[in-house]
Amino acid sequence: MLKALLTRFRQGHRTMAYPDAPQPLPARFRGLPVIEPARCGDGCRACAAACPYGCISASGSLTLDMGTCLFCADCVAACPHDAISFSATDACLASRTREGLTVTAGEEYHAAVALEGELLRLFGRSLKLREVSAGGCNACEADTNVLSTIGWDLGRFGIQFVASPRHADGMFVTGPVSENMREALLATYAAIPEPKLVIVAGACAINGGPFKDHAEVHNGADGFVPVDLYIPGCPPSPLTILDGLLRLVGRVK
Amino acid sequence: MSFGMKTFYNGTSFKRSDIPVPDNDTFFQGVLDAITAGWRVCSYFGVPTADGATLYCVMSARAGSGILGIAATTVGRTFPSLASLCPQLHLFEREIAEQCLTRPEGHPWFKPVRFQKPLCEGKGFWSETDGGGLTPAVMDFYRVEGDEVHEVAVGPVHAGIIEPGHFRFQCHGEEVFHLEIALGFQHRGIERALIGGPTPRTVHEMETIAGDTTVGHGQAYCMNMESLGGVFASPRAETVRGIALELERLANHTGDLGAIAGDVGYLPTASFCGRIRGDFLNMTALLCGSRFGRGLLRPGGIGYDCDAALVDELHKRLQAAREDLAGAVGLLWDSPSVMARLEDVGIVTAADAREIGLVGPAARACGLNRDVRRDHPFGIFRISQIPVITATTCDVAARTLLRWLEAERSLDFIDEQVQHLPRGTYRNQMKEIAPERCAVALTEGWRGEICHVALTDDRGRFERYKIVDPSFHNWNGLGLALRNQQISDFPLCNKSFNLSYCGYDL
Ligand code: SF4
Repeated sequence: MLKALLTRFRQGHRTMAYPDAPQPLPARFRGLPVIEPARCGDGCRACAAACPYGCISASGSLTLDMGTCLFCADCVAACPHDAISFSATDACLASRTREGLTVTAGEEYHAAVALEGELLRLFGRSLKLREVSAGGCNACEADTNVLSTIGWDLGRFGIQFVASPRHADGMFVTGPVSENMREALLATYAAIPEPKLVIVAGACAINGGPFKDHAEVHNGADGFVPVDLYIPGCPPSPLTILDGLLRLVGRVK
Repeated sequence: MSFGMKTFYNGTSFKRSDIPVPDNDTFFQGVLDAITAGWRVCSYFGVPTADGATLYCVMSARAGSGILGIAATTVGRTFPSLASLCPQLHLFEREIAEQCLTRPEGHPWFKPVRFQKPLCEGKGFWSETDGGGLTPAVMDFYRVEGDEVHEVAVGPVHAGIIEPGHFRFQCHGEEVFHLEIALGFQHRGIERALIGGPTPRTVHEMETIAGDTTVGHGQAYCMNMESLGGVFASPRAETVRGIALELERLANHTGDLGAIAGDVGYLPTASFCGRIRGDFLNMTALLCGSRFGRGLLRPGGIGYDCDAALVDELHKRLQAAREDLAGAVGLLWDSPSVMARLEDVGIVTAADAREIGLVGPAARACGLNRDVRRDHPFGIFRISQIPVITATTCDVAARTLLRWLEAERSLDFIDEQVQHLPRGTYRNQMKEIAPERCAVALTEGWRGEICHVALTDDRGRFERYKIVDPSFHNWNGLGLALRNQQISDFPLCNKSFNLSYCGYDL
C-alpha cells in the first residue's frame, strides 16, 4: 500500500492543460496542410501526380482533400518547389461537413463549428458515444481509446465512450466500413435513441483510407448514416480527435 | 529434408523455378515428416490455377540453424487435409479453401475463415447470400448439448473501443466448456489488392494490415522489396528500424500490462501504464511524426533520418519512461490480490501450444523458446541480439510477467542502439523488383512471428503476396485458454493475448 502511494506520488499529476493551454506536438508532426501557390512552378502538377490516393486537385486553385489524405507526405517529397507542407503545430482539422475538409491554396481553413439549438443544449455538457470499428486497423481505435487515459481525461468535458448503443447519444465510427461490418454498423445506429449524432474519425471512415475502392469496403460511413463531424487523419492524432469533439460541443471555438 | 525443400535464410529471395514442386504424396508426406522432425509451418497458402491451386508451404527449422524451407505442389479441386494430424495447419487449410476454391478432404472443422470472396472466379463451399457474399459468423458452431448447458454469444460489436469479432461460449453455469471465435468482420481485401502490385498505395496498405504493428509488418515488406530489388538498407536505417520495432513492442506491452491490471481492478497500474504507453508512442512520433510509425519504414531504408539532438531527446525520454514503467509494473508483483487473480487462470499447456503452433509472447509464456529475432535474425538483430525470455507457468501470470521482462530487454536494446547509431546514408534508391522470384521475410512483431511471402510474375509484379499475422496462429490459443475457466475470466485471458482482429482478417 505504502509503495502504491509512493509510486502515485512519483508519477505525479499528468493530465494535460488543453484546451486552456496549447498541447505540444512532435517536431515532425503532420497537421494542417499548407499550400503556397506563389512558389509553384508553371503548370507543375508533381504533388497531384505523386499522391497515391488522388487527394490533390490542380484544376483551378490547388486543393487538398483532407478527408482522403493519409498525411503520408509523399506529395511533399515530390514537390520540387517546397510549395506544400504540413503544419507541425496545427492539429485542429475536424469539420462539420465533407466539403469543409478541402484545403484550398491561399485560403484560411475553418475547423468545425459547434452544434446548434436543441442539440447543443442536449449534448453540450454531456455526450455519450458508442464506438464502432468497421474495418479499422486499430490505430484510430487506439488513439481514441487514449482519450480516456489520465493524460487526456476526456471525462472532464462530460464526454464518454459507453458500452451500449442504448446508453449513447451518438455513434463514433472508425474504419472504411467493411462489407462484413455494414450490417452491424447499421444495427448499432438503429439502436441509439433519437436524437443522435454520428462522428467519423480517420481517413478510412471518411473515404476508405488506405483501402479506398477495394471491393470489400464501402469507402467510409457517408451514405449509410448522416454524419455530423468528420475528423481526418491516418490515424488522427488524439489531439485532433479531442479538439474536434470539443468544437462540436462548443468548448473550443 | 527428404522431400527436398528449397532451403534459404530469412530476408532472401530466389528464383521461383528453384522451388521444388513434388507430386502430392511426396509433398504432403514431406510436410508431415518435417513437422514430426520439429519444423514449424510459417505460411501455407494457395495460388489459384485454372482447375485448382498451387499450394506453397513455408517452414522454419528447429531453433539454431536459422534455416527456412519452401516447397510447392499442384492440386485440383480437392487436396488431402492434414489438420487432424497437424492442428497448426487447420486454419491455413480453411483459408486455402476459401481463397482458392479447393477443398481439404477430411478437414475436421471445415468452415470459412473470413467470410470473404475467393481470389478466383467461382462459387465457394458455403451457402451465399443474395448479394453473392457470405454473412460473417453465420456458420455451424461447435455445440455442447445438455439440459444445464447454455450458450453465450458476444459481438461483433463489443463494449469497449475495440475491433469487432464474434465469440461463442458453451457454458455450464459459469464454467466455459468451449469457446469458438468467428472473425472476418474486418476483412478489407488486402491480399486481393496486392495482386499485380506493388503500386504507390502498397506501402500504406502494409502499414495498416494491423495498425498497432505498423513497424513489424512494414519491416517485413521492406525486406521483401529490398531482396527482390537487390537493394540493401544501410546499417543506420536498420538500426532505426530496430529501435522503432522495439518501441512498438514497448508501447503495446505497456498498454497490455495496464489493461490486465485494469481487468483485475487494480487501478494504479492501469492508469499509470495507460499514460506511459503514450510516452512510447510519442517517442516513435519523435522519429517520424506519427505515433504508430507511419512513414518511417520505406523500402531502401527509412523515411526520416535522426540528428544528434533527436537521439539525445529519445535517450532522455527513454530513461524517464523506464523509471515510470518499472514503478508502475512493480506494484503488480507486490500485490498478492493481483497475483492471485492472474495465477492458474487461462492455462495453455506447452504441448497444446506446440501442436497449434503458437508464436510470440503467447508461445514463450508456455516455455516454447521461439523468437524470430534470434532464430531467423533480420536487420539489426543479425548484429545485436536480444535475449529470449520464456516462462513456465503457461497462465495469465506468465503472459503478464513475460511482457514486462521483454519490455525490460527492449529498453536495454534501444538504450544501447541510440548510443551507437551508425553513420551513413539513411535511404538507398529502390530499384525495379525482379521477375519470377520468390521472397520470404519473417519478423518478430510484438505479438510474434510475422511472415510475408512475395511471388513475382514474369513482369516483376506480385502474382501473390501472402501475409501471415501472428494472430492467425494464436487466436486458437485464446480458445484453449478458456477451457474449464469461469466465463468472467474471459476479459482477462483476452487481454493477456491481445490478438489482432484486422491482422487476422486482412
Ligand atoms: S499526404 Fe495526403 S495529399 Fe499528400 S500524397 Fe499523402 S495522401 Fe496524398
